[in-house]
Amino acid sequence: MLTATAIAVDGLGFAAWLFLSSVGLTLIYGVMRILNIAHGGFYALGAYSSAWAIGIYTATGSTVALSFLLIPLAALIAGVIAGLVVERGVLRFMYGRDEVLMVLVTYAIFLILEDVTKLIWGTESYVAWQPAFYFGTVEIFDIPYTVYKFIIIGTAIAVGLALYLVLNKTRVGKLLLVVIEDREISGALGINVTRFFTVTFVVGAILGALGGAITAPEISVSPGIGAEIIVLSFAVIVIGGMGSIGGAMIGALIVGFARAASVHLYPPAELFSIYLVMAAVLAVKPYGLFALAESRKI
Amino acid sequence: MTKTLDRTEIGLLIALPLLILVAFILPKWIVNYVHVSMGTGLVALGVMIQMRAGLVSFGQGLYFCVGGYAAGMMAKFLGVTDFFVLLASGIVAALILSALLGFLLRRYREIFFAMLTLAVSMILFGLLSSTEELGSTDGFNLPTPSYLGWTPEGDTAQFMLYTLTCAIAIGCAIALNRFLKSPIGYVNEAIRENELRVEYLGTSAHQAVHITYVLAAIVSAVGGVLWALPLGHVDPEMTNWTTSGQFVFVSILSGTGNIAAPMIGTFILEIVRVYAVEISPNTWQMILGSVMLLTIIFLPKGLWSLLTRKTRTKKSAGANASVAGE
Repeated sequence: MLTATAIAVDGLGFAAWLFLSSVGLTLIYGVMRILNIAHGGFYALGAYSSAWAIGIYTATGSTVALSFLLIPLAALIAGVIAGLVVERGVLRFMYGRDEVLMVLVTYAIFLILEDVTKLIWGTESYVAWQPAFYFGTVEIFDIPYTVYKFIIIGTAIAVGLALYLVLNKTRVGKLLLVVIEDREISGALGINVTRFFTVTFVVGAILGALGGAITAPEISVSPGIGAEIIVLSFAVIVIGGMGSIGGAMIGALIVGFARAASVHLYPPAELFSIYLVMAAVLAVKPYGLFALAESRKI
Repeated sequence: MTKTLDRTEIGLLIALPLLILVAFILPKWIVNYVHVSMGTGLVALGVMIQMRAGLVSFGQGLYFCVGGYAAGMMAKFLGVTDFFVLLASGIVAALILSALLGFLLRRYREIFFAMLTLAVSMILFGLLSSTEELGSTDGFNLPTPSYLGWTPEGDTAQFMLYTLTCAIAIGCAIALNRFLKSPIGYVNEAIRENELRVEYLGTSAHQAVHITYVLAAIVSAVGGVLWALPLGHVDPEMTNWTTSGQFVFVSILSGTGNIAAPMIGTFILEIVRVYAVEISPNTWQMILGSVMLLTIIFLPKGLWSLLTRKTRTKKSAGANASVAGE
């Protein structure tokens, strides 16, 4: 019973974190057909800027409560700047090129972003634990959990809900769904596809940065976190079907619970259980659970 | 082998004695870099032959690592030190694993292939990092190899290993050059252009991809063994996706035009890295990324195309017309 509860709560926590970290990736792929490896870079930028901002803020001795505002703010600033620079500076010259080529292009951008973070924040690690313990802990069956974990879960649900509402209930969202359906026809119908691309990419970048920013208080932010998250979020969005936001949610839950289960039942399997699940899903559904149907072009 | 040698193969055969000769002339540290980059160069070669079929493997480090670990485990647990046995065990391990995985991977193309290869290599990374018997993330050491019962020491040992590495690397390159000019090699190029048409013409694209995948795995495992032996050490970083990314980088930079290109590209990269890391350690990846972007934008066929550009401009008039008519 104890283990089951632990797996359930930890699984939800992992899933929320994974969803926040990978939803931007699947959004960008769905709209732009770009598998954005630079997403790992956005995640790292978000994590660093939030940890750095919180560190400076708490050093002044002010109340910790306000530092919660710094997390989304840091993600917003980092995401907007990085997203705009990458999209306007590089990617817009490459639209319409091969999907694999775009992977390589974004990989190159990822490498550059890795060093940008090192140049800005150095190579030492940052810890900004204050927000994570501000609300203290709650005990569920004698296991203490930080309230912060539940804030992350709440944020993940809110982000998922917001994306769903924007996509399905607003005019902009419906236009975006049209662009996803067929880029050329929507352009012919008078939709400014390029602007949608820019906006989607920046939103995706902000979401990636938010994933990093909200995790920053729980971990020690150090070089290499971007490379770690990118393979995890690949697994998540591939399981759910690339480009599907609902799929990312399901994928995050599957991966989250798989990881939590292996942590509690058989710890050595933690690192590869995720990919094992992914391989199992793909062996049955080659393009993920909720993949969009592709037409074969002769 | 009734075919006569083509220009690339003659070039490679001439390069072999030259490479052995430089071991006497150049300073030792350069020779060491040549030695090590032979191993990694072979992995880049494995990435490159898959790229011919339009497949980008973001997990070629898997077989690099399998080769190194298979050789290392033979030495560690069975006490084998014979060079040829170690090499063979690396090849056999890669052969079995890739033949099995090929059944799954051959169904995928483009980004799915890239990501699945990446995922599989990360499974191994996770496995090795949590296996204490194999030293977890620290890896373990390899012994100095012996050769059919003969165990040289000091400089002789190094020279022997270097000579054999050169010979095997050149041999692999020639074999792969033959492969690219074989029917399956040409089918691969057709797969990159249009897979459906290949199937309609009565050839199995799956089979061609599978064979290419296994060959690439074997070459990479050979590279892994040849890389691990001079360093005397293996660790899970060999199969981390960032390592695989560097192999992709080399193949992009040097292009798929010629079999020698990835080997030379790897060596140049190693040498540039030595200086770049010394001058400014935190901008190395930035340099890599920028060079890669510039290559993709301005030299989509890689640096090698600079060498062949002149000869091609004459022929390309006709080729361009057919592309335009597509």
